[in-house]
Amino acid sequence: MSLDRSDVEKIAHLARLAISEEDIPGYTHNLSNILDLVAQMDAVDTSGVEPMAHPLDATQRLRADEVSETNQREAFQKIAPATEASLYLVPQVIE
Amino acid sequence: MHNKTIAELSAGLKNGDFSSEELTRSFLARIEKLDPQVNSYISVTTDEALSQAREADKRIAAGNASALTGVPIAQKDIFCTNGVKTSSGSKMLDKFIAPYDATVVSKFNQAGAVMLGKTNMDEFAMGSSNETSFYGPVKNPWDLTAVPGGSSGGSAAAVAARLAPGATGTDTGGSIRQPAALCGITGIKPTYGRVSRYGMIAFASSLDQAGPMERTSEDCALMLNAMAGFDERDSTSVEKDVPDYTASLNDDLKGLKIGLPREYFGEGLDSEVAKVIEASIEEYKKQGAEIVEISLPNTGLAVPTYYVVAPAECSSNLSRMDGVRFGHRCDNPADLEDLYKRSRGEGFGAEVKRRIMIGAYALSAGYYDAYYLKAQKLRQLISDDFKKAFEQVDVIMGPTSPTTAFNLGEKSDDPVTMYLSDIYTIAVNLAGLPGMSVPAGFVGQRPVGLQIIGNYFEEARLLNVAHKFQQASDWHQRAPENFSD
Amino acid sequence: MEWEVVIGCEIHSQLATKSKIFSGASTAYGAEPNTQACAVDLGLPGVLPVLNKEAVRMAVKFGLAVGAELTKRSVFARKNYFYPDLPKGYQISQFELPIVGIGHLDIELEDGSTKRIGITRAHLEEDAGKSLHEDFHGMTGIDLNRAGTPLLEIVSEPDLRSAKEAVAYMKKIHSLVRYLEICDGNMQEGSFRCDANVSVRPMGQKELGTRAEVKNLNSFRFVERAIDYEVERQIDVIESGGKVVQETRLYDSDKGETRAMRSKEEANDYRYFPDPDLLPVELEDDFIEMVRSTLPELPDAKKERFTEQYSLSTYDASVLTASREMGDFYETVVTASGGDAKVAANWVMGDFSASLNKDNKEISESVVTAEMLAGMLKRIADNTISGKIAKEVFEAMWNGEGDADTVIDKKGLKQITDSGAIEAIIDDVINNNPKQAEQYRGGKEQLFGFFVGQVMKATQGKANPGQVNELLKKKLNS
Repeated sequence: MSLDRSDVEKIAHLARLAISEEDIPGYTHNLSNILDLVAQMDAVDTSGVEPMAHPLDATQRLRADEVSETNQREAFQKIAPATEASLYLVPQVIE
Repeated sequence: MHNKTIAELSAGLKNGDFSSEELTRSFLARIEKLDPQVNSYISVTTDEALSQAREADKRIAAGNASALTGVPIAQKDIFCTNGVKTSSGSKMLDKFIAPYDATVVSKFNQAGAVMLGKTNMDEFAMGSSNETSFYGPVKNPWDLTAVPGGSSGGSAAAVAARLAPGATGTDTGGSIRQPAALCGITGIKPTYGRVSRYGMIAFASSLDQAGPMERTSEDCALMLNAMAGFDERDSTSVEKDVPDYTASLNDDLKGLKIGLPREYFGEGLDSEVAKVIEASIEEYKKQGAEIVEISLPNTGLAVPTYYVVAPAECSSNLSRMDGVRFGHRCDNPADLEDLYKRSRGEGFGAEVKRRIMIGAYALSAGYYDAYYLKAQKLRQLISDDFKKAFEQVDVIMGPTSPTTAFNLGEKSDDPVTMYLSDIYTIAVNLAGLPGMSVPAGFVGQRPVGLQIIGNYFEEARLLNVAHKFQQASDWHQRAPENFSD
Repeated sequence: MEWEVVIGCEIHSQLATKSKIFSGASTAYGAEPNTQACAVDLGLPGVLPVLNKEAVRMAVKFGLAVGAELTKRSVFARKNYFYPDLPKGYQISQFELPIVGIGHLDIELEDGSTKRIGITRAHLEEDAGKSLHEDFHGMTGIDLNRAGTPLLEIVSEPDLRSAKEAVAYMKKIHSLVRYLEICDGNMQEGSFRCDANVSVRPMGQKELGTRAEVKNLNSFRFVERAIDYEVERQIDVIESGGKVVQETRLYDSDKGETRAMRSKEEANDYRYFPDPDLLPVELEDDFIEMVRSTLPELPDAKKERFTEQYSLSTYDASVLTASREMGDFYETVVTASGGDAKVAANWVMGDFSASLNKDNKEISESVVTAEMLAGMLKRIADNTISGKIAKEVFEAMWNGEGDADTVIDKKGLKQITDSGAIEAIIDDVINNNPKQAEQYRGGKEQLFGFFVGQVMKATQGKANPGQVNELLKKKLNS
């Protein structure tokens, strides 16, 4: 499976990753190699096999509906890159 | 003191042979003096450690100490530690002071253990050589030109170099077992769900599992006693009683059925490593174990399958690193998209970006069935192989890694070659089984690890099997020359 | 050309749990920004979700109420996209295996007929935070208090054929979730939000036209206007030779129009996959039966019962069962008054509802309780007051002057039933109007009303009208 430059650019955009121009050939090469490795999966016929999402065959435990968390805004916003008026700031969002 | 095991230190503390403060100071001094050679720590928490040590001394004096009270340990920098930098080896979290404790950390705090610091690791646990860390590579204490393995390379190197008697690690595709093997120490990856993942920075949620890394199996048992258990904050944590893992360490191995998978001894396995493994199997025979040749036919598919499942999960898990609420944020973002792209572009290293992109691609429209769904089906087949094997045998053994530690820089430009070095460990994570690596010998001066794989929740059996081997061998007692005194 | 309108609805209904769907943070509305966003809601590194049982129970309750197939093993999936109000970079939702499968709901059309609307599915998911667009020097502020509030997204089939049908459907769902007590239905606060997928096609064509998703419909009035606008717009586009583009459009209630959303320009690739942090949700039969046993009487059943039990018209019954509160209020009035169910219905639907509307109040906020209204109806029934005087009594009660007996007493509104007293007044009236009495007796019988009026005037309306009629006839004819 060989990716080209535009594939890599598309994926980088989907994953919101800035990749510099000069790094694109390197990523294109390595990602293609990884996909070649992954393509070995095709050797096995998996028709009729149930996909396994989880190692343990367990079901979801349910939590009682109780408020157990207290306000920790100060502690949480101390580690935030940009806040004002207790809000997290981001470049303007246009709807 | 640094050559003592945790079991010995615990006894010494209780006897009053030394205080936790003395012990802690001696390790802190060693770290200061020797760690620059190996780079195993990202943060050394001197003040916190000493204050914890003094608390531990009080607790010991008051007579309510647990086995780990006052024992210094190191935490992999993947576990959130309240008030202490938790970087996960990434520039993205270089300034991230965690505002809460991971469940594993809380459990060690409750046990009265002393945290010396946070150990180096591959960025977000993605790597097999510890070369992807933002904080520079870790060096193998046995040979400073070699890698320590990864991703828990800092923990493995710290324990091997006697810079901590024990450390925590996490294992998504071999990240406890492979560095344990390459650094000549003992490490166990428990059954998926045995140890809480809460507060452990996620790489691949359905594969990640935390475990202890020590010099002996007995120490692993003591550490696992503290780490394991149900956590209501982790939906994938298992509500199952935790046995005392030290209780069955000395059980007799007569009649133990050991399965040797044909596929773990074939092409790709270094012949010198093979000899070491075969010799250790001989020891088990001596102890009365029965050897059964088995087959895990889908072994070859484990790496390709893993490199769909793990990247897919990581691409989503790392989306929260967006420069908004915590972590690295680029300067002067022009708009929202620029904020995301540059913060993430600058914050993540190349290997992490590769995996995020592979994952995003494998999940994207039109590719999901061919990649993600296919991988999930293969995961089932790989898991079934083990189920069948455990109908015949009690444990499975083989090499942890196909080679001894490779040289720094040797594979760092070639991701695929690097990935293939985890060929024997990855399937265990896909199946969710417990696995262990035990020092089994050396090739030259580089250690070899024997891997022991058990059935679900059979950690006690693995620790027992490893312990009996260590009773009859001294590989685990050897120290790297530069760090032996 | 004649056009057919095709509408499907997506309703996001916030579930009335105390804590969030995956964390123990409070869901209370209106808190200071980011004070109810805990580590899990903020998506801090290492945190994990644990599912709220109450959210599951409420989803099951809804599923049972719309006769839906419940999924025995439903699965949470991650919907991946980057947006500042979405802290983890993915929304935990349900994709392939929603908890509630195919169901249906009947709506009443204007001509009195009913129409069955298919419900495709309803799934559990977490709400996002809020972007505050006040200008922070060119930046947007993010409040994550709402992040993680449980939502039930209810998706209908494209069975609706007009804005009016869409509104009827949404109102019916709105009423239902409140009946079930799983959502407070507050549209202003965003607890109940509607999106409409609107398309048009030439009448008779089978394939659906290209649809636009209209968002931001936070009142039923807006739903109707926005859909009508969107239908016109699409027809205009097609008739002038253009093509409708599949897109998300925002309704601007000030301008009364829809416009394309800029932020959703690019087609999203959500990369759904099962959330590895959560396990399949298993619904055991015992649990389902337990929830079933808590189902209240639903609107349609209640309506049916009202028409039979209280001999009400279909119209009256549907008005009185439009909300659970209204139905309960009515039944309390009927029971407590012990009287005529139709009279009670007239009062509840008449003066009582009018007063609520006038003062923009909910039943729960009303000063006049069901017991008070019943007390007044008793006084009508036992002839203490007339129906006419009752209106005055009701108004006084509404204004907080006390219950019916207090008002009647204080204002001296007790009906005069003493025939001696009434006769004396009648005598006075006849004596004071000899000319009219003569004309009446001479055959001008329409003057009877004049005498009734005079008598009522003299008694300030308090004389018992029946007695007045009877006695007046006797006196005038004697």
